[in-house]
Amino acid sequence: MIKKTVKNVQEALEGVKDGMTMMLGGFGLSGIPENSISELVKLNIKDLTCISNNAGVDDFGLGLLLHKKQIKKMISSYVGENAEFERQMLSGELDVELTPQGTLAAKCQAAQQGFPAIYTPAGFGTEVAEGKETREFDGKMHVLEYAYKADFAFVKAWKGDEAGNLIFKGTARNFNPLMCGAATITVAEVEELVKPGELDPNQIHIPGIFVQRIFEGKNYEKRIEQRTVRSK
Amino acid sequence: MALDKNGIAKRIAQEVQDGYYVNLGIGIPTLVANFVRNDINVEFQSENGILGMGPFPFDGEEDADLINAGKQTITALPGASFFDSAMSFGMIRGKHVDLTILGAMEVSENGDIANWKIPGKMVKGMGGAMDLVASAENIIVAMMHTNRAGESKLLKRCSLPLTGVGCVTKIVTELAVIEVTDKGFKLIERAPGVSVDDIRKATEGTLVVEGDIPEMIL
Repeated sequence: MIKKTVKNVQEALEGVKDGMTMMLGGFGLSGIPENSISELVKLNIKDLTCISNNAGVDDFGLGLLLHKKQIKKMISSYVGENAEFERQMLSGELDVELTPQGTLAAKCQAAQQGFPAIYTPAGFGTEVAEGKETREFDGKMHVLEYAYKADFAFVKAWKGDEAGNLIFKGTARNFNPLMCGAATITVAEVEELVKPGELDPNQIHIPGIFVQRIFEGKNYEKRIEQRTVRSK
Repeated sequence: MALDKNGIAKRIAQEVQDGYYVNLGIGIPTLVANFVRNDINVEFQSENGILGMGPFPFDGEEDADLINAGKQTITALPGASFFDSAMSFGMIRGKHVDLTILGAMEVSENGDIANWKIPGKMVKGMGGAMDLVASAENIIVAMMHTNRAGESKLLKRCSLPLTGVGCVTKIVTELAVIEVTDKGFKLIERAPGVSVDDIRKATEGTLVVEGDIPEMIL
């Protein structure tokens, strides 16, 4: 067994520097790497390029990094719930690359799996495809999209073991598995870290080969963005 | 009388057939789930990674790890599955989803759709909309016929940045059911008490009217 455990979030984030490109898992606030984000805020590193489907809300998730102006460029599919984000974008302080959600997922997965680029029909004929190579397959036009290149990927799983194997829960899975192994170093934080052998190999979503560092996170807030319920 | 949002959803629900996998967008499309016949089997997909999405949870049972694409707390029905975002869009891109229902700011008579950006005003992002409209073969738009300023949203050409090209097959508004054809917007049904003339006045694009146009049965 190749051990991937690190002592804590400080050790997990060793080597992060100004100007790096970071991938961060999560959809909305669901499945975001809360501990790693808090540590990035503490380290106060700047000029980051962040690849993440969303940009958090004003006071949580990536919104915390935006608030401290640590992000130079944001690559996302939807950034609707964040007033500070909108202010920085409209004032030109923040560079924003909006990417169709499926394309964003495919560009992460391509990086993970060694594909330099992929063709997708999404965005053809729109401003997203401007300046990009296009090609016809079976009578339909497609856009060439390159795999992402990132220095760190920060992901959050439900359970993990010391070998770096990961299991996700519910819709908190989202982009997290696709970012594992898609960056030079993948840091996985988990709600529950167990000994090798305690997870059923049949149930593993991401094998440890895609993970360089794993630690058990603390104090998960798991904030709900839109609490919708029905009465009994 | 023109329909309300629930009326639009109710009419669209009639398009949902037994055995369909359906992706519902945010807004009016979400309401469609409330009106689908309960004698047919349908599964709802949410692109953040669930197939077999159920209703909102009971008070106190909400789970931060179980949300839909609108970030609302939901439940999973028996037979549901969870998956990552690449697999989710694989279902969409691979045409495994039978019906896509989404909102729009504008639709043109050749089926172009604009629903993600108002330059200088609203720049929230396209989310999964561009992937959905680029691949789905059966796309119904649920929207109001005119915008708040009273201007038609059914146009000869879209004025806003496009989400997709030539992709919309059907439109249901508070006034009408319309099919997108080679000749333009073909009027299929009128809302109860709404005249063809009312619909023509609210439609900037070419409206094709052939024979008597029946009223919707809701």
